[in-house]
Amino acid sequence: MSMKVTTRQVDGITVLDLSGRITLGEGSVTLRDAVRDALAKGSRNILLNLGDVSYIDSSGIGELVSGYTSVKNAGGELKLLNLTKKVHDLLQITKLYTVFDIWDAEASALSAFK
Amino acid sequence: MPDSTTSRVSLTLGSTIESVDTVERTAEDFAQRAGFDADTIPNIVMAVREAAVNAVLHGNAYDPAKQITASFETNSDSLVVRIADQGPGFDPTRVPDPLAPENILRGSGRGIFLIRAFMDEVHFRQLHPGSELTLIKHRAPAQPAT
Repeated sequence: MSMKVTTRQVDGITVLDLSGRITLGEGSVTLRDAVRDALAKGSRNILLNLGDVSYIDSSGIGELVSGYTSVKNAGGELKLLNLTKKVHDLLQITKLYTVFDIWDAEASALSAFK
Repeated sequence: MPDSTTSRVSLTLGSTIESVDTVERTAEDFAQRAGFDADTIPNIVMAVREAAVNAVLHGNAYDPAKQITASFETNSDSLVVRIADQGPGFDPTRVPDPLAPENILRGSGRGIFLIRAFMDEVHFRQLHPGSELTLIKHRAPAQPAT
């Protein structure tokens, strides 16, 4: 299942709803392009909803990190929402769990943006 | 009922993302037939996929003139996967630690780490040309009857 992204705006925050696999190739490129597009359109607060992400590999993790860095360098914030257990475990063993701001409820995540 | 007889499959594939997907599916099939549990199978699959990605992307650099080979073997003790490329070779001791503070925000470099995290044994061999990774997952010892 290839990666799909839908974009919506909630209270000035760009929410990217991701579904499918974030893996080397199409999936990771789709994520990268979605974050870049949001930044290009002036978004600085971006919430990645990973609730329907069925699989992520190291390339996908790399794109999450690159997205985080790009948004931060642009003066914004990127947060993660609804991690599956697998993604949660991967971010833990790669010591990225404490880097990202991670939420399991959208309303709380949106409120956390400065 | 897990299959504890010896089974072998060997694949020779082009240096493409589609080949990575094929290796991944084969790994899942082998791990299931070997009787690994539902928590272990995704970890094996991920490790094997990372090895295939390394072979295609870093080893062969998507060169259509180069191939990867993937062999799968199950026996009574373990699942053994070997992934080889035809690239320039690499020194696994020089792979930066992705957990080091200076590397934690890098956009790449976690593949070898994840392979080592999810497999019981990982061995590197230079092929001249190319490299071969051997990934081994041991079967859990049989539990005594209660």
